[in-house]
Amino acid sequence: MDWIQTFNLTVGVILDPLTAAYILCAIGLSVHFGFTGLLNFGQAAFAAVGAYGMAIGYLTLKLPLLTAMGFALLCVVVFALILGIPTLRLRADYLAIVTIAASEVFRYLMSTSAFKDVTGGSNGLSQFGYDFFDWNPIPDGQYAFGPFNWTADQFWLRVFAFGLVGVATLLVWLMMRSPWGRVLKGIREDEDAVRSLGKNVFSYKLQSLIIGGLFAGLGGIVFVLSMSNVQPQTFVTNFTFMVWTVLLLGGAASMLGPIAGGMVFFALWVFVNEILAGMAAVGWLPFLDPAQVGQVRFILIGLALMLLVIFRPQGMFGNKKELRFNG
Amino acid sequence: MANDIVVGKIEPGCKKVDPILIADNVTRQFGGLTAVDVAHLEIPRGKITALIGPNGAGKTTLFNLLTGFDKPNTGSWQFEGKNLAGVPSYKVARRGMVRTFQLTKSLNAMTVIENMRLGAQKQSGENLFAGLIQMWRGQEARITAAADSLLTRFKLDAKREDYAGSLSGGQRKLLEMARALMSEPKLIMLDEPMAGVNPALTQSLLEHIKGLKANGTTVLFVEHDMHMVRHISDWVIVMAEGKVVAEGEPGVVMKDQAVIDAYLGAHHDTDLGTMKKGK
Repeated sequence: MDWIQTFNLTVGVILDPLTAAYILCAIGLSVHFGFTGLLNFGQAAFAAVGAYGMAIGYLTLKLPLLTAMGFALLCVVVFALILGIPTLRLRADYLAIVTIAASEVFRYLMSTSAFKDVTGGSNGLSQFGYDFFDWNPIPDGQYAFGPFNWTADQFWLRVFAFGLVGVATLLVWLMMRSPWGRVLKGIREDEDAVRSLGKNVFSYKLQSLIIGGLFAGLGGIVFVLSMSNVQPQTFVTNFTFMVWTVLLLGGAASMLGPIAGGMVFFALWVFVNEILAGMAAVGWLPFLDPAQVGQVRFILIGLALMLLVIFRPQGMFGNKKELRFNG
Repeated sequence: MANDIVVGKIEPGCKKVDPILIADNVTRQFGGLTAVDVAHLEIPRGKITALIGPNGAGKTTLFNLLTGFDKPNTGSWQFEGKNLAGVPSYKVARRGMVRTFQLTKSLNAMTVIENMRLGAQKQSGENLFAGLIQMWRGQEARITAAADSLLTRFKLDAKREDYAGSLSGGQRKLLEMARALMSEPKLIMLDEPMAGVNPALTQSLLEHIKGLKANGTTVLFVEHDMHMVRHISDWVIVMAEGKVVAEGEPGVVMKDQAVIDAYLGAHHDTDLGTMKKGK
């Protein structure tokens, strides 16, 4: 086994733009679930709407890249309104059902050949992102810091992605320390009590759904920029559950939780993969084909998610008193 | 004393000198069961009114209907002369009619002081954008001062920074009441404020409720503790099987045959299995 390569891959993924994309989605989910108590099981759909909104805006509508990003975020707001208006008056469980269904519906809409001209069907959309690198203020060259070694474009992508993570975290921090955030936390605890104190609960839940969705939409945009393409199969239900794991690992109602959760999660994700693949390759795991390692990881993730919820529901950074799963 | 509350004859649904809340023909059915069927009801302003009746009489359902937490099958009601039927619950609270719940709704994973602050009305910081740009600092300080003085009055000041979930049942009742008062209501509706409160706290709670009246707040409360009803209320309304069956001053109404029937049960010699149940 190549320990140096394992180490470099494990550390490298911590500052990978895809990690930042998941972190952004988890920040959004912390607004939904951690602070408002909304059970959103369709965070993949919000990311997908952001990703496709930008790709379609840029490639089909021929908008400039920045305008396409704005268009993507507008699409996310519309999507949140469509999901939220009929369901947020109902009990929390209904939102869970509707979001998980809506994320699958959206994915199938994107992959069906009926809209191939716009969405690219199951192949998705590619061939863009070049404008993004035209914005790169970092001079050409190779940038190496310890185990990290990036080209100027890779460096720029990381600065952009983690810059968004920083801005999102700051915004959530500002929101949650304001009286506005206090109303959200009250709704998480007991909607009727907050209603009896004269707050328009429905409006706050809708605002929370939109804002959390916008962070996921930004995550989708980062995803597209770093892959230079967008494909429907990226946004499968697995995506949502990885975001949940990231969030719960870090702490659902904490500021640094999504960031730490995302970094630890993906470091482990890569590390376990490398270790298992290495062990399978040298025959230590006779029951495991090297090609099955990827599946085993998902089993481990499921197990980790269960253990987390049972034994450490507040995550790494959360306050146990502030977040329990059964009131 | 009845003269400064009632106009004309004292009977169920009688007219009041200065009603703050007037309800007409309010009915609510759950399937075949009529939980509430109130033909006419007026609540006197500036008084402490007790709403009593056996379990299943429809007291809590009536509370829910009047505050917009449930929708009636028929009926209309006015609060301070303005229609309130069909108005959503949060707007009812904004008009100055605030309620508490029979099963206490403290916000357990928030601190006591945060619970209190949430009760204040017209907070500019509750708008997302104003909240982001810190426009609420001055108001927050005023709200906190008001919250602290209420907490002191309710002897919860030592618990200020504790999570509401760590309080005892009785303390949560106090917190819920204090939180409702943060909104400076004109009419406060307390649903069984004494349930689960120990006798030592009961006395101070009674004083708080009397204090509310002294401050000009109208109080309407549901209670099973007859001692408390007799002790603090100016007026008593008795419900049974969804209807208002008696009204009057506490001393008088407690001796009323209809009330004794309602509490002992008009069907006290029939099998319990045939009795209606609601709430």
